[in-house]
Amino acid sequence: MISPRSEGDLAEAVASAKTPLRPKGGGTRMIGDAQGEVLDVSGLSGVTLYEPAALTLVVQAGTPVSDINTLLAGERQRLGFEPPDLRALLGRDGVSTIGGVAAANASGPRGVQGGAARDAMLGVRFVDGRGAAISSGGRVMKNVTGYDLVKLMAGSYGSLGVLTEVSLKVQSIPEAEVTLVLDGHDVDAGLAALRRALGSPYDVSGAARAGGRSYIRIEGMEGSVAYRAERLRAQCDATLVEGAQSSAIWDGIRDVAPLHGRAGDIWRLSVLPTDAAGIVEAILAAHGGDMLRDAVYDLGGASVWLALPAGADDVVRTALNGRGAAIKLRGTGAAPFAPQSGAVTALSSALKAQFDPLGRFAQGII
Amino acid sequence: MEMPRPNSMILSRRAQIVAQLRAALPKGCVIDDPMETRAYECDALSAYRCAPLAVVLPRSTAEVAAALRICHALGVPVVPRGSGTSLAGGAMPSADCVVLGVARMNAVLDTDYDNRFIHVQSGRTNLSVSGAVEAQGFFYAPDPSSQLACAIAGNIAMNSGGAHCLKYGVTTNNLLGVTMVKMDGTVITLGGPWGNGFGLDLLGVVCGSEGQLGVVTEAWLRILPKPEGARPVLVAFNSSEVAGACVADIIRAGILPVAIEFMDRPCIRATEAFAHAGYPDCEALLIIEVEGSAAEIDEQLSRIRAIAARHDPIEFTEAADEAQAKRIWLGRKSAFGAMGQMGDYMCLDGTIPVSQLPFVLRRIGELSADYGLDVGNVFHAGDGNMHPLILYNANKDGDLAKCEALGAEILKLCVQVGGCLSGEHGIGLEKRDLMPVQFTPADLEAQMRVKDVFDPSWLLNPAKVFPLAASAARRGEAA
Repeated sequence: MISPRSEGDLAEAVASAKTPLRPKGGGTRMIGDAQGEVLDVSGLSGVTLYEPAALTLVVQAGTPVSDINTLLAGERQRLGFEPPDLRALLGRDGVSTIGGVAAANASGPRGVQGGAARDAMLGVRFVDGRGAAISSGGRVMKNVTGYDLVKLMAGSYGSLGVLTEVSLKVQSIPEAEVTLVLDGHDVDAGLAALRRALGSPYDVSGAARAGGRSYIRIEGMEGSVAYRAERLRAQCDATLVEGAQSSAIWDGIRDVAPLHGRAGDIWRLSVLPTDAAGIVEAILAAHGGDMLRDAVYDLGGASVWLALPAGADDVVRTALNGRGAAIKLRGTGAAPFAPQSGAVTALSSALKAQFDPLGRFAQGII
Repeated sequence: MEMPRPNSMILSRRAQIVAQLRAALPKGCVIDDPMETRAYECDALSAYRCAPLAVVLPRSTAEVAAALRICHALGVPVVPRGSGTSLAGGAMPSADCVVLGVARMNAVLDTDYDNRFIHVQSGRTNLSVSGAVEAQGFFYAPDPSSQLACAIAGNIAMNSGGAHCLKYGVTTNNLLGVTMVKMDGTVITLGGPWGNGFGLDLLGVVCGSEGQLGVVTEAWLRILPKPEGARPVLVAFNSSEVAGACVADIIRAGILPVAIEFMDRPCIRATEAFAHAGYPDCEALLIIEVEGSAAEIDEQLSRIRAIAARHDPIEFTEAADEAQAKRIWLGRKSAFGAMGQMGDYMCLDGTIPVSQLPFVLRRIGELSADYGLDVGNVFHAGDGNMHPLILYNANKDGDLAKCEALGAEILKLCVQVGGCLSGEHGIGLEKRDLMPVQFTPADLEAQMRVKDVFDPSWLLNPAKVFPLAASAARRGEAA
């Protein structure tokens, strides 16, 4: 294992490496079955800059997410994109780092309102496969200076380079939150209720379905939250859950609690909300799966988490039929992003060859 | 501004190039009459002009592909163009290039309210995207000032922002997918109505790549339900520094207005003389807009009023009705036009950390005095995206050069305090040679490697974004 203490050390380690490396933050969300010597980034830890009044945080990539959450909470702020803790889902231990979150574009239910990790990432520093330290973006909210390599690094799972520093936009913790819980709907009606809420002007910040219930979250100032919750209740029959009880529901959705401890492969699909139920039914039917037990719908149905038996790749691809994307977060076999078009795969491979010509990082992902 | 010398080989083959394009495209899609190509000689950075070799105006993705295949085979550079509103010279032609304009491709292909997206051809104007979904209570969020004219293609190329992106984000945060033609004529789809999906975020790197990676012909865009209402307030201060502190306090308090706009005294005076919006004569004013139901707006504004009160504003005017709201926005929206009445101007758009606002404004004032050119400041204060407007006289010898030198100083200042060269206009031609101020050679090399993948022959918009010396070898030119 190589354990650099600085970006300079890390760059030198990459430049002098003779064999493949496995960049690793906390190791809680790695995908694929890449081999090689572990390049442990957890030594690059600490806050470079935190300006609460500018909603800006710059941190070293190996900084634990829990440290960041504590720091931000002290100023009544948070990471708006709700990075999920996937340890219980994927059966991993370790300490999740912000570099891993960025490399996985790991994002939670608030995506319906504020986007994913990629949308909160203002800048990155990384070391490419040649050992060059590269900067893209910065620490300001609006930046179109040069190509947006920040987006390219978000969700690249370390295949192009090793993140050493991440700049993030943070947000204030709102005064209040409530969740509308909708019971007694079948999957079609339950998902339709989520879509209606998302099409309303009431600024929904969570829309998910698990275990036969649908959940709609509202956050903001006290009076405003109460008003919007009432307006939404007028269009669907729901019970209200507030405060800590509400947060607990969304922690469970974020971390995919209904699928914790499951054997087999873990998939996440990205689909059109109106397609979600049909695609899930087709996939589960092929394995005799169970809708209530095996699927969690988030982002109003645009994101689906599935627990499937190993070897479901073809079934997933067939069911998607080009209308969506999938990632295998845990499991063996074909590449984790398998259902991609040939042109996209070719461009991705060519980018990989440019940034990592010697194949130092994360082989088999792209 | 230095441009590469036009390739004489290409110029000498003009007739052949035009004939091949004509043969491949329907009648009326190829323009080579110098009287007509002149209409394409510049974009909104009008200090620089050069008529292209020819202009093609295709009507479909297939026609774009046909045109690009020919240019690729003949080694002719192509400059993509939306509506030509770039303030950075992003659509500025060279004498040996074919301008490929997507203006005729402006159809709405699909609207899906249940899944909240619209699918459009890329030549459609920004405002008409919102117009297409307005009746159903939806809108498209990014709102650049040029939204009446600018095309989605250009918005994607420059990753455009706007006044309301403080809450809703910029183009990249609202773009779900594109159909794009690479320089070699290959048509590819990145993302889709479900978004970018997983794997490398190619869509994310195409957005903001200034038309150098491909010609976007269709786009899936996120549409949002319109808020129940919106209301602006105007807050006037005797000092820019205090106005800046007020902005920081509002954000710190956890209030997220949809817009916080800032104007300084030179800009306020010019605007008043031009648009008569009724602004007070003060050192700095803020226009803050919040959204929601009437009660939600009241709640947010009462908090903003309380915060502002701690900074002793000389005026706090809440729009009482629609007419007053329009008047409050009128001055801000006519600020560029007003400055234009006073003479020629150059509009910068560096972004700075909001905490640096007072220092940067003071320093811009000093630089303005040093150079003897007036500078007005109007900008998106919530996110630190400055828009210093430098006034100069295009007919006065040396004034443009002086203006550019002052502009460069201001942009360097933005980078020095932790910001960047461009917040929403792009680099284009204008800021190309300043890129080394923000980036190391390794940073620029990494960006150019992305272009190598999408456009190995460097024919698409080749002399933009990167300093000419840095891209020379790739463009097939001795450095």
